[in-house]
Amino acid sequence: MALVLEEQPEAMIDLRAEFSAAGIEAFLHGLDEELVGLRPVKARIREIASLLLVERVRQKLGVSTETPTLHMSFTGNPGTGKTTVALRMAGILKALGFVRQGQLISVTRDDLVGQYIGHTAPKTKEILKKAIGGVLFIDEAYYLYRPDNERDYGQEAIEILLQVMENQREDLVVILAGYADRMEKFFTMNPGFRSRIAHHIEFPDYEDGELLTISEAMLARQNYKFSAAAKAAMRDYIDRRRAQPYFSNARSIRNALDRARLRQAGRLIAHDGPIRPEMLMTIEAEDILASRVFRGVPDSAGPV
Amino acid sequence: MRVTQGCFSFLPDLTDAQISKQVQYCLDHGWAVSFEYTDDPHPRNTYWDMWGHPMFDIKDAKAIMGELAACRRMHEDVYIRLCAFDSTHGWESLRLSFIVQRPAREPGFMLTRGEGEGRNIRYETRAYVVEKPSGERYGG
Repeated sequence: MALVLEEQPEAMIDLRAEFSAAGIEAFLHGLDEELVGLRPVKARIREIASLLLVERVRQKLGVSTETPTLHMSFTGNPGTGKTTVALRMAGILKALGFVRQGQLISVTRDDLVGQYIGHTAPKTKEILKKAIGGVLFIDEAYYLYRPDNERDYGQEAIEILLQVMENQREDLVVILAGYADRMEKFFTMNPGFRSRIAHHIEFPDYEDGELLTISEAMLARQNYKFSAAAKAAMRDYIDRRRAQPYFSNARSIRNALDRARLRQAGRLIAHDGPIRPEMLMTIEAEDILASRVFRGVPDSAGPV
Repeated sequence: MRVTQGCFSFLPDLTDAQISKQVQYCLDHGWAVSFEYTDDPHPRNTYWDMWGHPMFDIKDAKAIMGELAACRRMHEDVYIRLCAFDSTHGWESLRLSFIVQRPAREPGFMLTRGEGEGRNIRYETRAYVVEKPSGERYGG
């Protein structure tokens, strides 16, 4: 639908219809449904999606021809859903036609930086080739820059990235992710990145109630469930685990659940006599209470 | 004499936009695209030189077209063909291949008739350009 402004000065555009036509509403709804908490993040994504939609309508009308800068930075503690949201973002960008294919390539320093002279550029370019038409997600981006070693090859990768982020804006979107404080330092050291990134999104830590909801959802996905006592134990576990070092939000929960399943399996094997199918699906309080967390030892403190 | 081989060989050479669409078709089917080049136009010359590796895990044609541009820069005025390899079990072979660059002047082939035992005739085709060593055959 090509509208010509001069001929139809009163041409009305139904933004809401455009919104649903692009399938954004479904995406955002899915985001609300499947991701627990993260209210500020969802609000920002909704804003960005609206901006992109308006931009797309403007492009259709010929009012705007520039490709908007879409590079983003996601900051937040570990396990707060940065990668999951990045995956959704790729879907939204694809639905709006700002990336052509919509794949998400998730990389860290190791994938971009080489080990010897002349190794970095081909390696980085290889990754960029895979990311063209989609989203390049660089986790813990600050590792790219090592100020203590001036001969570090990370600088080379940064230069290639910056060049591509500027010149091939219509080909790929770069999302940098990492802890808030270290990302801040990284941006101060590399002002080129800050100026090329349009959207900074902060991921807050999950609240205890949200983590409990997440743990139930994780179990449900694998056809497990908590018994009433286990749910109470899990609530207690989250409370204690948070106070201990190396707490990484949803990831800690996932690890705890994996260990609980391990204990449940052990308990069922040791069980005398036949078991009911129901028992195979239920995590009991004792599976969780056996955790070292209840003895004041952090779960990630190493082998038992 | 215009050398033809592979798909679309009865069509005029594809433009870059058309090549790009073919590449996207290959990528959408999960085939790995690669480029090969040669300056020996003989039809029995099957093994051309590879330009890098077949490009697996690429999603968008633009990345491949960038690689083609690099190959053309490095190897001007020789034959370049595109190959799309299907790694699916049971196929594991090329699914599509066509010429994406040819020299400006293609002198063609000489046909010689050698008389053998009895009155047998041995036919032989030789590309005129292979008189010169590889690397000096076209352009210049």
